[in-house]
Amino acid sequence: MNDSQQVRLGERTSRFDAAAKVCGAEHYAIDHYPEGFVWAGARRAGVAHGLLRSVETAAAERIPGVLRVLTARDVPGTNRYGIIHKDAPVLADTKVRHAGDAVALVVAETKEALQQALAALIVVIDPLPPVCTVDAALAPDAPLVHEERTEGNVLVHAVIEKGNAAAAFAACAAVVETTFHTPVQAHAFLETENGLARSNEDGTLEMIVSTQAPFRDRFEISHALGIPFDRIVITAPYLGGGFGGKDGATVQCLLALAAVSLPGRWIKMVWDREENLIAGYKRHGARLEYRAGALGDGTLHALECRLYYDTGAYAHLGGEVLGLGMEHAAGPYRIGNAHIEGWCVYTNNPVAGAMRAFGVCQVSFAFEQIMDLLAEKLGMDPLAFRLKNALLKGDVNAASVRLTTSTGIVECLRKIGKHTLWLNREAWKAAAPRHKKRGIGLAAVWNAMGYGKNVRDSAIAKIALGEDGGFIVTNGVADMGQGNASTFAQIAAALLGQNAGRMRVIQPDTVSALPSGSSSAGRTTYAYGNALVKACEELKHRMINRAGLILFVDDDRDLRLVPGAVEHAPSGRTIPLDRLASFMKPEERISMHHFVTPVVTDLPDTGKGLAYGFPHLFFAYGAHCAAVEIDLLTGIIDVAAYATVTDGGRVLNPALFEQQIEGGVAQGIGYALMEECLAGEGILRTPNLSTYIIPTALDIPSIDTDWVETDETSGPLGMKGVGEIAMNGPLPAIANAVADALGTRICHAPFRPERILAAIRESML
Amino acid sequence: MKISFTLNGAEIRMETAPDRRVVDILREDLGLTGTKEGCGTGECGACTILLDGVTKLSCLMLAAQIDGREITTIEGMAKSGELHPLQEAFVESGAVQCGFCTPGMVMAGAALLEQNSAPSDNAIRTALSGNLCRCTGYQKIVDGVKQCCRKEHEKKEPS
Repeated sequence: MNDSQQVRLGERTSRFDAAAKVCGAEHYAIDHYPEGFVWAGARRAGVAHGLLRSVETAAAERIPGVLRVLTARDVPGTNRYGIIHKDAPVLADTKVRHAGDAVALVVAETKEALQQALAALIVVIDPLPPVCTVDAALAPDAPLVHEERTEGNVLVHAVIEKGNAAAAFAACAAVVETTFHTPVQAHAFLETENGLARSNEDGTLEMIVSTQAPFRDRFEISHALGIPFDRIVITAPYLGGGFGGKDGATVQCLLALAAVSLPGRWIKMVWDREENLIAGYKRHGARLEYRAGALGDGTLHALECRLYYDTGAYAHLGGEVLGLGMEHAAGPYRIGNAHIEGWCVYTNNPVAGAMRAFGVCQVSFAFEQIMDLLAEKLGMDPLAFRLKNALLKGDVNAASVRLTTSTGIVECLRKIGKHTLWLNREAWKAAAPRHKKRGIGLAAVWNAMGYGKNVRDSAIAKIALGEDGGFIVTNGVADMGQGNASTFAQIAAALLGQNAGRMRVIQPDTVSALPSGSSSAGRTTYAYGNALVKACEELKHRMINRAGLILFVDDDRDLRLVPGAVEHAPSGRTIPLDRLASFMKPEERISMHHFVTPVVTDLPDTGKGLAYGFPHLFFAYGAHCAAVEIDLLTGIIDVAAYATVTDGGRVLNPALFEQQIEGGVAQGIGYALMEECLAGEGILRTPNLSTYIIPTALDIPSIDTDWVETDETSGPLGMKGVGEIAMNGPLPAIANAVADALGTRICHAPFRPERILAAIRESML
Repeated sequence: MKISFTLNGAEIRMETAPDRRVVDILREDLGLTGTKEGCGTGECGACTILLDGVTKLSCLMLAAQIDGREITTIEGMAKSGELHPLQEAFVESGAVQCGFCTPGMVMAGAALLEQNSAPSDNAIRTALSGNLCRCTGYQKIVDGVKQCCRKEHEKKEPS
């Protein structure tokens, strides 16, 4: 953005953070190399399930340059962390539950000494039979992943019930039943998990971490290591990507442990890509058993589904991920009768946790194929069938929540129906070259915004008028790349009538910023933005009042903020902001305000078992259309074109809105076509980026991004979050396009060529 | 070993282990943290630099390989405070989100434009296909390269 340009809302402007990033000048956590720092690293178990007999450290300790070798015995505190369930050890003590468990921590002067020491540790583990699938975990005689959970390996089992689904099928003219499988996906952010920590003489623990939740991290470390949380100071610079994978402790507890064992030294830990893939969080793999029915007139009538999510060795937010999947399991549709039952189970697979579209992209794959299957059985057009059943404001969704906030799915569907991709589909398909088949697929998706009921979702914004007449926004929610920091500057500049050059945003640290929750759940700009709007209004009010005092005018209503000054409109007299600042006391120049995201108050009598984050009041909506061309000889799918229409309320900056949608679509295309963490007996077989494949520029088509502007009246300036919604569309849209092309449906993602070839062969039988 | 090389126009002489990775020399020894490391195994392109004008992955290069050569990193792209035209185009087109792939993308894109001042979409995507981005879906990065070509073309032939 041009520094001298006046900032407005709704206009396409470049990001405030882009110039520093494009020069390589932005300092991410990984770019900090403080004077005298040393390296820390973890030894991973390498065994999916077993009893940890011993960790022999003597040989490692003898290596020159090795400063500390720590095992579970050296952990003060509970040695347990976890956002809701404190079930994950910092260092494994009696047992290892997945191959990425850390069993020892080494601190060394150099990377070389660190690597030698990690290799020199002798770790003795008596293997136990690993629990590698949901079915194995649920078997009556299954080995227990967590021995203290004597009731079995189920983390959460819950039911959402509406009407009487079992009885409702009798009236249905069309009934379909299918089981779907979705893969384990890795976040694959480019900046791997990393951070720095130093234990200071005054008892404080100072940290710089690539984290989505600096405020919560303090409590995780405090619980695990017994360090009072108010002594922990965490700075969260811009992240090199997060997508949920840095929401929850990664390096934090390990670094804190290393730091308290070696006070006074900065300690740096960087997971390499292999460690990121083995030990980092993942998206839950799922099995989704669906049965759905519609009446003869095309009214969706009954749904029964059973959802099984594999959370791996530790809970992270697995129960809440399942819960959000269940809440969205019926799609953005009216349906009278639903029985949605879910199980989130422990296994010895890598730990699944939060990832963009948090449990929702799994069910999107299922319900949107179910919609096409039902439409086909009813002989209806898939778009018309969706439109007939799409939720309207005032409707009650399958979780029995009445929609009282902006609900734009019908508008999204209508608009996608007018897109040339959809309108010209028959002609495009007919023009397929030899040995190729083409198909067009639709998907209607939704995604809740905010943490939901029973998880306070709040933010506290802080803005200050600086002595130089500029403004400083102290961001409270880490910016992992989505651009919330830039949007905060844009909101503040627009409300204060200022140019971009006058705005500065400080990234969060737990001293300067105020607790504003995690960078997640599509809630970042909504929650902090709402608080910021009020903080700006208060500051503006105060500045006008003090300017009135200085300009000696009778009526403050004649004063207004203009770029760099407060102006008395009738006389044209102005006071420059730096001068105004010099008249104001420091505490007057700081304005803080808070916001708490509203929740559903008229609670449905369902969702038993979903203790946290159910249900939700706000949703973003989207309609996607994919055009695919399938090579019948190789099974390779080319996504030739892609279009989206999204309801995210009012669009504050089209450029950033498009960034979120395009990025979500690309991750969704990866999820549909190639991405899958494969584990054999709990050992990851895809531990690098040449076996875990993510899309390159050649795999992603040009994406047409459009929107419908509903007005989310509760939102800051009418907006609601769109960070997650786009991730939900590509897998089902591509699945429906593949079915359209081949006449056979593939219910197991991703659609790698061998699966497509098998389906082609099957369709020819 | 002693090595000497040109880095962003300046002569550098240093004593280093011959097997020290170039990415570590840049980031840890010389403090040029604009060059990023995303995988360490040559798969992501975040560590892309120019060696005698040709894109190379600095995580796969060792100290001895840069002796006597000319290196450009992202820090050398802006000249006397002016952004390189591609950097400017990336800012304007919205090609930057988390920004961690951006330095490598800029290097790869700039190297392409040196070879081909009017690349097709496919040529752009091919040239950038060794650089992974997890945020953008690549569209605005491709747009940035195209916008840069357009502007450079307009500069040369004012209408």
